[in-house]
Amino acid sequence: MSKIKCQCGHENPFGTVLCEACGRPLTEEAEKSQVVDMRYEGSARRSQTYNKSIIDKIWNFFSSVKVGVSIIVAVLVTSAIGTIFPQKLYAPVTSVNATDAEYLAYYEKTYSFFGTLYYKLGFYDMYNSWWFKILIGMLGTSIIIASVDRVVPLYKSLKKQRTKRHVSFMKRQRIFGEGKAADPDESLMKAEAALKEMKYNVKMEDGAILAEKNRFSRWGPYVNHTGLIIFLFGVLLRGIPGFYVDETMWIREGELRNVTGAPGYFLKSKDFKLETYTKEDANAVFGEALDRNGPIVKNFQTDVTLYKEKEGSLPGSEDLEYVKDYSIVVNKPLKFDGYNVFQMDYRLSELKSMTMQLIEKSTDKSFGEFTIELDDPKGTYELDNGAKVELLEYYADYDGIKDGEPVSKSPIPNNPAFIFKMTTPEKPKGEKSFVAIQQTLETEENAYKVKFVSADTRDISGFTIRKDKTLYILLLGGIIFMIGVIMGSYWNHRRIWIQKGADQQLLVAAHTNKNWFSLKKELNAVKDASELPAYMDRQDKESKDERQEGAES
Amino acid sequence: MAKANKKTKRLIIRAVVLILLALAIIFSIVSKDKVKVLEVGDKAPDFELVDLEGNKHRLSDYEGQGVFLNFWGTWCPPCKKEMPYIEDYYKEFTDKGVHVLSVNVGEPKLKVESFRNQYDLTFPVLIDKTKDVKEAYNIQPLPTTFLIDKNGKIVKILKSEMSKEEIKSYMESIQP
Repeated sequence: MSKIKCQCGHENPFGTVLCEACGRPLTEEAEKSQVVDMRYEGSARRSQTYNKSIIDKIWNFFSSVKVGVSIIVAVLVTSAIGTIFPQKLYAPVTSVNATDAEYLAYYEKTYSFFGTLYYKLGFYDMYNSWWFKILIGMLGTSIIIASVDRVVPLYKSLKKQRTKRHVSFMKRQRIFGEGKAADPDESLMKAEAALKEMKYNVKMEDGAILAEKNRFSRWGPYVNHTGLIIFLFGVLLRGIPGFYVDETMWIREGELRNVTGAPGYFLKSKDFKLETYTKEDANAVFGEALDRNGPIVKNFQTDVTLYKEKEGSLPGSEDLEYVKDYSIVVNKPLKFDGYNVFQMDYRLSELKSMTMQLIEKSTDKSFGEFTIELDDPKGTYELDNGAKVELLEYYADYDGIKDGEPVSKSPIPNNPAFIFKMTTPEKPKGEKSFVAIQQTLETEENAYKVKFVSADTRDISGFTIRKDKTLYILLLGGIIFMIGVIMGSYWNHRRIWIQKGADQQLLVAAHTNKNWFSLKKELNAVKDASELPAYMDRQDKESKDERQEGAES
Repeated sequence: MAKANKKTKRLIIRAVVLILLALAIIFSIVSKDKVKVLEVGDKAPDFELVDLEGNKHRLSDYEGQGVFLNFWGTWCPPCKKEMPYIEDYYKEFTDKGVHVLSVNVGEPKLKVESFRNQYDLTFPVLIDKTKDVKEAYNIQPLPTTFLIDKNGKIVKILKSEMSKEEIKSYMESIQP
């Protein structure tokens, strides 16, 4: 593609508006304008250069700020729609592994037509929907390509800028002044000293001064974008197994089970505690509050032991080694190997064991008691006087009789039922009976029965298991993002040009990317110190609407 | 010449960047599971469980043979239905080098024993007490059956009840 050769001899890339070296306007539009657009120093966006292959076309599409802003708007709008009805995670659907149909039914029932639409379009699980991920991916692409396309030419043109700019460049600056000076050379010397005093980098050559300050603030938006990209990269890593775990599990008191999401680790729950504030340990004021509100929980705690599978042992072998004991309290998770196990939930009083006694119906004489551990019942219980009870069948969650046999609808002892065979010296052949809660069935009239005495319960702890290796990447991204914001917000890139014209003339021009007020203040100080000609701010005169050049981000 | 080189170089760089970004997007859409989930073609993870008689069974003991690995629970109706069919073909296919391992997910021994006796099951019945094997195989619904070939590779994962004919054809499919 053709280069644009400026009158000063510098070759500029295609698409350049202001010559990189001397600042002459290169397009007709720039020549006509009173004040030039200083955005990106009038340099050519890289993408503008070529537009031939399909790759270039895609590249140029993402390079456009308009496209970038449209994507941001699209993300905002869809995110807003995603908050209208609850997300899938918060939909009160009963079963743990609810099917899609159950979710559809919920949205349909609760929000009628719009609920169905919401579900069908994927808004109900927006963050996992393909279109939302594509939008975010396009946003990331746009950020990268648009930044690269701008930061490189901007860097180059700021590096190449000459001290002495062409008069046409000076004249088209927003702040410009010209006039005769008594002694231009002395003015320049004084101006140089004054500018140095104000911490400007001053270059003087060929009867011209370029004073520049805080150029680094121009990189703020790009540093900021780098932070965003690192952040998005961190989020992307969460999709790789091993980087991010967020699971839940239930564990019963006394139970030893593997830790969901943390293969090779086991937990044994020794005790779950739920403590409430008592009047004794509360002072008078809180005592009143307790009277008014009833018990208030002070502590949820699960005492656990952590075990680890021995090196080289197989799943299921239960070849475990002790790691540590710990009391998991709310906000004090059990930590191991990058995992955090949080106390999140609890259920009280699930049946653990049932104590029964065998009695003779006619006399109410007891042969003694026996206890059935519901998670591991024994087959035979020997009682006094040669009597015994055999447990023939056990139904943990009895759900009536189907097809002539009792059925259990889950392995959880919500509603235990048993088939017993009772043997006594008087009835050596034994009698059978079916015993459920508040129900006893006998095939024929029995002389003996098993009578419920008492039950023992246990609590269940609900844990959340989390592991997030991407956290530090997200943190790094966030810090870089903030550094970029601060760089661009609290410092401004200021430049002041002063040069000698013909016939004892002095020309002054100045530019900043924001905060023109401070620039003018500094320029006034220089002017006073070195008898520079008066300048004017054309935008101030032409329109009050002070245009912020913050659009660079 | 230098210009043409620069052009191709630029084109290649742009193409590579765009492809990488596209791959990142595709990856984020495809990766649904945070934990590695077993798939057909993966090596079946080895495990060691004890059967009702107290004998240890390791999956790796059956290398060179097909393994019909069935996860089940006594309370699950489809499990009850398919058990007799598995029993029917168990004998026949043992001679042909297909082994049946059935894994009960964490129920009391008494319960599993009475179930086995009720259905006269003769194949090894293992109990996964700590649910460790269940976790290793990412079992969600019961019954789930893994068909494992003689090289220890997973050939098929079945997450629903199987008919008698299906069981037969599945066993044939992993015959060494």
